[in-house]
Formats: sequence, structure tokens, C-alpha cells
Amino acid sequence: MGKKRIIIYIILLTLAFVACYPILFLLTGSFMSQDELREHLSPILYGTSQYTRWQFIPTYPTGKSFVELLMDSPKFFLTFWNSTKITVGILLGQLVVSVPAAWGFSRFKFPCKKLIFTLYIILMMMPFQVTMLSSFLVLDSMQLVNTHWSVILPGMFSTFPVFIMCNFFNGIPEAIIESAKIDGASNIRIFFHLGIPLGSSGIISILVLGFLENWNLIEQPLTFLEDKALWPLSLFLPNISLDNAGLAFASSVITLIPAVLVFICGQNYLEQGIMATAVKE
Amino acid sequence: MSKTNRTRKQNMAGVYFIIPSFLGVSIFVLFPFLDVVRRSFVTAVNETWVGLANYKMVIENSAFRLAAGNTLRFVGVCIPVLVVLSLLTAVFLYSSGKIADFLKSAFLIPMAIPVASVVLLWKVLFHGQGMLNGFMDKLGFTPVDWMNTKYAFWVLVFSYIWKNLGYDIILWIAGLSAIPSSIYEAARVDGAGNIRIFFSITIPNLLPTLYTITVLSFLNSFKVFREGYLVAGDYPHESMYLLQHTFNNWFRDLSFDKIAAGAVLVAIVILILVTLLEKAWNQKES
Repeated sequence: MGKKRIIIYIILLTLAFVACYPILFLLTGSFMSQDELREHLSPILYGTSQYTRWQFIPTYPTGKSFVELLMDSPKFFLTFWNSTKITVGILLGQLVVSVPAAWGFSRFKFPCKKLIFTLYIILMMMPFQVTMLSSFLVLDSMQLVNTHWSVILPGMFSTFPVFIMCNFFNGIPEAIIESAKIDGASNIRIFFHLGIPLGSSGIISILVLGFLENWNLIEQPLTFLEDKALWPLSLFLPNISLDNAGLAFASSVITLIPAVLVFICGQNYLEQGIMATAVKE
Repeated sequence: MSKTNRTRKQNMAGVYFIIPSFLGVSIFVLFPFLDVVRRSFVTAVNETWVGLANYKMVIENSAFRLAAGNTLRFVGVCIPVLVVLSLLTAVFLYSSGKIADFLKSAFLIPMAIPVASVVLLWKVLFHGQGMLNGFMDKLGFTPVDWMNTKYAFWVLVFSYIWKNLGYDIILWIAGLSAIPSSIYEAARVDGAGNIRIFFSITIPNLLPTLYTITVLSFLNSFKVFREGYLVAGDYPHESMYLLQHTFNNWFRDLSFDKIAAGAVLVAIVILILVTLLEKAWNQKES
């Protein structure tokens, strides 16, 4: 190992530290007492002439912020529940809709298949702003605006999981399917008994990617949910003021936990899913 | 992926599998979007035909111009930085051992950190009286007001790169592992050095990956509203006022005619990009 290599390692480790620092920062803050937080944040809160300083470990660690959050913040529970409802709703919907669709694209030939698939790719790439008005108009005509369905329904028909799942299904050797057909298995049977088990890593990949995406929704709820009681965490958190720093830190950490757990358990699948975004058939 | 579907027969069963998905997509996206295309040619109030007047209004709109300019600038800065930084990191990680796995995880973590959870850090970090300025003050630089000056743009650039670096690294590593090691061995036998190998083997072999990554990063950059909203809320400094903000403000004012025309314009840009991406994919196949 040369000197150059060591220098590169140091640079990369620094970058990696920057990438992960937010987690450390939130953990530290969430275990600080209200007084300690106030002391650290006073330059921001009261505009004193010093600068905010931070440390890696709280001087007097305490779980008080969490206790306060879990005991006396019914609003937080409501928001957490909203986020869960939206995320789980979208993911379940995506499973039911996009896994069969991907199987159809991957294993069958039918008229206009190429055209429809290209259309799916185009839709998957469209930013929310392009479809914002159209989604709003149709949701409004169905009187779904300002209900969680306005976020769940368009989300479950996202074409992104179809595309990813297709890449996984394409990897299943045709011979396996052929031999099942020779044995007289029906299409439905083949899908459930071969497709789903053989595509299971793809299914986990779309769940992992889908969770990280939908736990994080901002534009959709902001546009379709007027009633703040329906808002998910991703809209609620940015609005907690720093005056209540303990609460802000504790709720940020709790929001972070499910996402980090999914990441830790599903990192391999996340990577496979990312790679599947870069190829096509 | 292999092209073994030659043997597959014309089979309508496939249609049944995609029907639920296609119906949903048609109801929630496709038909409504066609309606939006129609709306882009009529007035918002009584829906009388106005031809291209809405488009003219959007293109001459100063907020739209500011946003389009900023968005272009944002993309122009972010993509080269992101592509080069992730490539260098990936090449290095690819040739390292165990520590590479650890570093790769570290770079991927920002993908998992909810935007909402980072708001707090960004507030404390980039505030005029915040940590970053404290740090700069110590090093002898003049502190700047990050969020309310032209530096806000760079905060956004940083957020985007922080979030997307890991994603691009994974794509590069996938590209790197597709290069057969025999080519490298042959070059080594011929006495080529590391730098030479990088420029005459690695880079040329990664060109298709480069193309894919560039287009995907471009498309991802349209989704930067989250970071923008995270950093500055609804009314950011004008240097980071992006197309997403324009659309949101139009939506709030119920200027549906403007949104319709704007949406069609953005859709055309995306369509061109997707066509380019498809071309890259098809080249890879052959």
C-alpha cells in the first residue's frame, strides 16, 4: 500500500463520514437535555454573536426528549400513523399491481407490448410536476383530494417497480418455464409457483426502494392533502421549530429508525434494485 | 439480459397480467395528462381556444425564466461533479478489499435518511450563526449567510450530491465489474501502468455506463425539489428557485393554464432524454 493509497483512503473516509454524519448528529441531539440543547443552539435561537458549536457525545445523556415525545405528543403519533398508512398502502398496492404486470411484460408477447413498455419508461422518468395538475384534476373529480387515497392510488400505479421487476423476471431462464408448460401448468400457476419464488429478490428490491421513496414523500402530500391532520412525517418534521429542539431531534430520530432498519436489512437488495434501473432487457 | 423470447408465442395471456396496472396508469396518469395537453391550448377560466398563447405566456414569464435558468445551471454543475466524483470513488472501491464494502454502505446511507430528518441538521449547519460559519470563522474565512444569498444554490448542489453519490457509485461498480479481467491482465503483461490502464481500458469500456448514468442523473435532478424544500421551504432565495417552485406557486394560484403549458414543455424535454437513454440501451444490446 503506497502513500498515495493512504491519502485516498483518508479522503474517502472523510467523505464517508460526511455522508453518515446526519445520523450521528441527530442521535447526539436527541440524547441531550433541553438545557444543553438550548446552550448549543442559542446563537441560532437568540442571535447572539457566537456560532453554534456541537459535540459528538452529549455531556449529560438523557432520554427525556424521547419520553416527552412518546408521552405527550399525540400529534406525533397521528403523523407517524399517517406515514405508515401511506407507505404500507402504496407498497401493498404496488406489489399487487406491478409484479403481475412485470411478469406479463417479461414473459409474453402481445400487440403493442413494446409501445406500452416504452410509455411506462417515459412515465417513470416524469417528475411529479409534470403530472401534478393531471393527477389533481382526476383525484378532484373522484372527490379523493384531501384523503390518503389521493396519495396512495397514484403511488401504487407508479411504473417504476414494473420496470425494475421486469429486469429481474428477464433473468429467469426460459427453459424452466418451458418445462413447466410441458407439464401442463397453467399461466396463473406458473406465475405463482415459479415467477414469484424465482423473482423474490426483485420483489424485495422494489419493496426496499419503494419504502425509502415513499417514507420520504413530500410533493404529493403537499399538493393533495390540505388538512394538516392528514400530513405524514415528511411534512410535519420540517415545521417543528427549533424552540422545541428536544422534540424536533427525538421525532427526527424516530422517523429515521424505520428507514435505517430497512436499509440495514435490505442493502443487498437496494443495490440490486439500483443496478436494475440502469439496464433494460 | 438474454433475448430468449424468440421462442415465445404470441400469447394474449400476457394482456391479463398487465391489465390492472395499465388500467390504473390510464386512469390516473395517461388520460388526465392528455386532458392537460388540451388545457394547455385553452384559457383557464372559460376554456376558450387560445392556440399557443399559454406557451408564450409561460416562456415570457419571469419566474419561469429564472427557474429554467437556475435548473439548467444546477444540472450543469451537479452532473459533471457527481459523475466524476462517483466514478473516481467507484474505481478505487472496486480495487480495494473489505474496507470497500464498508465505504460503499456509508455512501449509500443518505439514500435511506429521510429528507425530513435532515432538515434539522441543515438548519443548524447552514444558519448564519450556524456550525459551518463557526468552522469557517476558526479557519479565518469570512462567514457567509448561506441560505439567504447566492450561496443557497451551492447548499442545494451539496444536498443533491450528498444524496445521489452512493446511487451512482453502485452503477459505476456494476459497469466496472462487467469489464472482463482478461483485458486488464493482457495490458499488464504489455507493461501498461495504472494511469494508462485507466485511460485506455477502463474509461473506453465504461462509455455506455457513463451515458446511462448521465441521463439517469439528469432525470433524478428534476426530483431535487425535496432537497430544495428541505433547505428553504416554499420561498427560497432566488438563486435556488427551481422549476419545481414555479409549478408549486402556479398551483397555489390556480393558474392551471400556465401549469398545463409548463408541464407539456417539461414533458417534451424528458421525452427527448428518455429517447437518448433508450438509444444507449439498444447500443449496449448489440
